[in-house]
Amino acid sequence: MPPQDTATRIAEIPEPSRLSRLLNNRNFLGFVFMLPLAALLVVFLAYPLGLGTWLGFTDQRIGRPGVYIGWDNYISLFDDSVFWLSVFNTVFYTVVASVFKFGLGLWLALVLNNRVPFQALIRAIVLLPWIVPTVLSAIAFWWIYDSQFSIISWSLVKLGLIDQFIDFLGEEWWARTSVIIANVWRGIPFVAISLLAGLQTISPSLYEAAVLDGATPWQRFRYVTFPQLTPIIAVVMTFSVIFTFSDFQLIYVLTRGGPLNSTHLMATLAFQRAIPGGNLGEGAALATAMIPILAGAILISFFGLQKRKWQA
Amino acid sequence: MITRDKYTRRDVFKLGAAGVLAGTAGGVLGASPAQAAHHEMKFKPESGAELRVLRWTKFVAGDQQGFEENSKAFSDATGVPVKIEYQSWEDIRPKAAVAANVGSGPDIIFGWFDDPHQYPDKLLDVSDVADYLGGKYGGWADVPEKYGTRDGRWISLPFGASGSCMVYRKSYMEEAGFSEFPTDTDGFLKLCQALKQNNHPAGLALGKAVGDGNNWVHWLVWAFGGKMVDEENKVAINSPETIQALEYARELYPNFVQGTLTWLDPHNNKAFVADQVGLTANGISVFYFAKTNNIPFVDDIHHAPYPIGPVGHPTELHLFSQAMLFQYSKYPNAAKAYLAFMMEDAQYSKWQQLSIGYFTHTLNHYDNNPVWTEDPKHTPYRDTVKRMQPNSHAGTLGYASAAVMADYIMLDMVAEAASGKSSPKDAAARAEKRARRYYG
Repeated sequence: MPPQDTATRIAEIPEPSRLSRLLNNRNFLGFVFMLPLAALLVVFLAYPLGLGTWLGFTDQRIGRPGVYIGWDNYISLFDDSVFWLSVFNTVFYTVVASVFKFGLGLWLALVLNNRVPFQALIRAIVLLPWIVPTVLSAIAFWWIYDSQFSIISWSLVKLGLIDQFIDFLGEEWWARTSVIIANVWRGIPFVAISLLAGLQTISPSLYEAAVLDGATPWQRFRYVTFPQLTPIIAVVMTFSVIFTFSDFQLIYVLTRGGPLNSTHLMATLAFQRAIPGGNLGEGAALATAMIPILAGAILISFFGLQKRKWQA
Repeated sequence: MITRDKYTRRDVFKLGAAGVLAGTAGGVLGASPAQAAHHEMKFKPESGAELRVLRWTKFVAGDQQGFEENSKAFSDATGVPVKIEYQSWEDIRPKAAVAANVGSGPDIIFGWFDDPHQYPDKLLDVSDVADYLGGKYGGWADVPEKYGTRDGRWISLPFGASGSCMVYRKSYMEEAGFSEFPTDTDGFLKLCQALKQNNHPAGLALGKAVGDGNNWVHWLVWAFGGKMVDEENKVAINSPETIQALEYARELYPNFVQGTLTWLDPHNNKAFVADQVGLTANGISVFYFAKTNNIPFVDDIHHAPYPIGPVGHPTELHLFSQAMLFQYSKYPNAAKAYLAFMMEDAQYSKWQQLSIGYFTHTLNHYDNNPVWTEDPKHTPYRDTVKRMQPNSHAGTLGYASAAVMADYIMLDMVAEAASGKSSPKDAAARAEKRARRYYG
């Protein structure tokens, strides 16, 4: 084929239309493909969050539109002793429950990581508390902690160890401890199974090398397992803190925030004020007040754990 | 069980009388055609009308059965289909408020307490129905009238209250040296002390028990003359009367069974049926349960009105339900006809009977309902509505009174003082501060 023919033919090919050029543009295509997901995020996450924050600045009630009132809700909450009690309860609940969930969860993961008989079955059983709907397990705990019918008190009385039933949910510190135990019981499987997955990604050659260097089991844990696990720990604990901080069901079933508001979390108080109380604005402000504390906790657990020297 | 058999016989009898009609449902049809004919003159349903009704899920089985049979009788008599939806009683309130706000939803909602006063402009004026029923059935009791009216017009129809009485074991009371249930607060305290000594303590809920907790703490504070607000809706809770009531609570509380600080609504029922407490305050449902489940001491269960305090008159609070008819309803006349029909003698009496008086009436005529006298144990529940005060006492019903109760301000105050967590003075001062956030 003579060369000039090719040139003519190339000239004959029409310029690609703007649309087809656009559709061949990687940046544009990437943007288009992200749109549906972005729409989902905006509609189901950003919009409710924005609306909630906005409601916190209004005096909206259920069934009646509100007007912008600036920081009034926050100022009034600042002066509300029940609010501050709920902040204390929430932080205490989250910190204590998370520490126990992490310690016990890590321990369980290390145990399950060893060769044990019926490994798969045991791992499945460990997951049970996590799988059972929270409300159901909460109702079980409601009976376990009942002031008249508690199985724990009953057993201890029958064993002759105590002569009066323990008022698990009736005394303030007993109540806080009891709800934390229920939360820990429920949260351990999530931590344990996630950390177990992390443990199994650690290359055995690292342990072999450590053993050859004469490392003790503790040193192997401290200098091999733990550093290798930190990224997973960061993610798992971030999630765990979020779940615990925003817990609602367990408290609502067990105590509804009582006795004397000593187990009221910010989430349950926000609900009490917003829905049965009808004060959507104040409830929204209470819920919004959770964001800075939660964000702070997440930043600490995420960056604090992830930026390790070995990663740098 | 004897009583239930009696109902069945009565139903069968009525059904026989109504034999001319297609024999559907229970005895209600026996009386309905005449009533229905009367309605057609008074409130004529629009042609093609249909109704959606939202109400609370049943507290006792007979309630729902009676309600549904009555509704069906209405549909049979008028040709208007009625769809009844049920919601857990605490969820009705937000749902009704949203319906009012968005302007769509069920035509009729059976709400609670001050609901109609939170959105009166969204509700249909039902003065005609209220006047008709009041005229025909001996007038409305005082408190229902307060609940149902605003600025001289009826904004809702007070439907009934789930009355609460003192529920006690007679043998334990006699063992404690009382032949009659005490009628004043001093006697009540002495009874509770004696019961405790005999190891059959009283138990009244102090946890976040929406019904049982709120009822008795309001009674207590009011009995001594304490009140959340005065007639001008100014917060007045921090008063010597309130403090006196809280000091009484402090003396009373050590005589309770252990754990009442955490009791929610179901706890006292459980504890009473399990013979853990000798006295509690509750609706007739404990007795109903004991009867239908053959609890051995059912004959020993008795009821009495709440004792009267230094103010000298009854100061009770009961879970109060109101039927609201929304302006957005496309069939307002059908809705009015329906409500009037449900409160006519043929229907309302039967409904009360089937639930052995779980709901106390708001129309005076129903004092004569045989359900109140066929078993003397039912009688104390007959007058619960007459012995109650509105939850907003002594102020007006509205948003603030609803919010104050939803935030458990009265309950928390009594629980704090009773348990000794705060002194009565501190508890009253804290309640005052909390109430000011709503009353301004």
